[in-house]
Amino acid sequence: MSAPAATATMGRVAAHLHRRARWRWPEIAFWLAVLAVIFALPSRAAIINEALIAGLFALSLDLILGLTGIVSLGHAAFLGLGAYAAAVLASQGFADPLLGLAFGAGIAALVGLVTAPLLLRGGDLTRLMVTLGVSLMLGELANRNGWLTGGADGLNFSIGPVLGLFPIGFTGQRNAALYSFVVLFILFAIARRLAHSPFGLALTAIRENRLRAGALGVGASRRIVAIYTTAAAYAGAAGALLAETTQIVSLDLFDFHRSADVMLMLIIGGAGYLYGGIIGAAAFIVLRDVISAATPEYWEFWIGLALVILVLAGRDRIAAAPRRLITLVAPRVTRGGVA
Amino acid sequence: MSVPALEARGLVRRFGALIATDDVSFAVQSGARQALIGPNGAGKTTLINLLTGVLKPTAGQVLLQGRDVTHVASSARVRMGLSRTFQINQLFPDLTPAESPALAISERDGSGADFWRVAGGRSEIIAEIESLLTRFGLEADMDQPTRKLSYGKQRLLEIALALATRPRVLLLDEPAAGVPEEERQDILAALAALPSDVAILLIEHDMDLVFNFAERISVLVAGRLMAEGAPDEIAADERVRAVYLGEDAHG
Repeated sequence: MSAPAATATMGRVAAHLHRRARWRWPEIAFWLAVLAVIFALPSRAAIINEALIAGLFALSLDLILGLTGIVSLGHAAFLGLGAYAAAVLASQGFADPLLGLAFGAGIAALVGLVTAPLLLRGGDLTRLMVTLGVSLMLGELANRNGWLTGGADGLNFSIGPVLGLFPIGFTGQRNAALYSFVVLFILFAIARRLAHSPFGLALTAIRENRLRAGALGVGASRRIVAIYTTAAAYAGAAGALLAETTQIVSLDLFDFHRSADVMLMLIIGGAGYLYGGIIGAAAFIVLRDVISAATPEYWEFWIGLALVILVLAGRDRIAAAPRRLITLVAPRVTRGGVA
Repeated sequence: MSVPALEARGLVRRFGALIATDDVSFAVQSGARQALIGPNGAGKTTLINLLTGVLKPTAGQVLLQGRDVTHVASSARVRMGLSRTFQINQLFPDLTPAESPALAISERDGSGADFWRVAGGRSEIIAEIESLLTRFGLEADMDQPTRKLSYGKQRLLEIALALATRPRVLLLDEPAAGVPEEERQDILAALAALPSDVAILLIEHDMDLVFNFAERISVLVAGRLMAEGAPDEIAADERVRAVYLGEDAHG
């Protein structure tokens, strides 16, 4: 092959490998739209905040389920841990939100690191049961240690303003939503970067073919422990945000329904491309809000129906729609020159 | 004689009462072109799994460049220079032929845990991917998901991926299995062009391929190494003819 031809191929390889890592304008538009919604609907700030935090929680699940293919039915363990860590810290007088956020994420990461080795053996069913079991244990620990957690009564506390300037909570619900938005965006940008790194490529390989990943030198166990710890930190951050912006924590944070809901959100939005969790969380919460306003008793029926239709009739198509949209509008760096 | 690239010493593997690998000792020298043949059920795949560390032996040792790796995990053996291809394609269906080797190269050069830079972003990795793709005639398909490639191209990617780990020893498990005739030449050409300093152990049913490729042949029957030698010695060996060549010469 002649030198210019080789260079041309190298250019194509480089462009191909970088194609997903570049930010595209539909993504930028997405984030601007979210920001615009926060400013446009000040009266809905509380529910927007809830959706943003749920989006972060679902993003966290996407890191292990969508990216790596590790199932979990106990992801609420880390949400609860992060929330309680931030709440306990604040109730001890350390009311700075960013400190609480870091503390909540850190505690959750620590427990994620310790429990991750439990996920390395066995198949999906084992993992479902192990993660469920861990979340049940942590919930019960929070229940039994009322001196620290307030037990069944939960914990009320007050939280300082973000950066000492912006009060969050009932008097500053839009600030709270903006706080959650900024945290979500930063953690999303990090997750996005991670997904396109060699580490993220190894996680994809583990999901797609663990046998071959090992045969190419990927130490799957270490990678799984690393991403599970990261995901735990993300879920812990979501929990801390939830605690700080509502200034109350209760045992239901550890509940099974939290773990199930977050999986629903991710499946609704589509797993594996990082936006799915955020979109699914927003859809889930808006749907719940709209339907429960109309039929307060039966909203879960409609959520259930939507889920069944989604999964049976075309989850792949629906989940792939945003991606297809992106590939449609994005500049084609792909087969242009050859064919 | 120098230290063999890969050596098995008294390997035994039992599955319950079944002895799948029965006291197998053999060596693959650096840069060798060696073949392992044997009828179905002879235990070839078990032996490969023992050598690569997917299975743990009941007894015996595996040495890589003279180092005992019997208790080294399979992914660590890969990083030490032992790579393999699979009889049934083991690829990443949604990754492309450009992305898949980027993974192997990152793991090899120690940047596999890097979570910040773009995978395959560095120019030396790109150059290496480009040369691999060109060598295996995959450059036109480099941006297609692997699942969309023809079967023959997927077989080529099998070999390309194994080479991306820069092995000292490469185990090829029936590389031409199931490849249609029109794509077969590409596989044969790729095998002939493998780097001469890499020791190769070819596991194959196709006798034409084995006798064209190998300078040394080991015959495995019922878990035991029955014969070993140059191709003409093996072809002349009465026992081998009886259990293997006779019944399968045209297969």
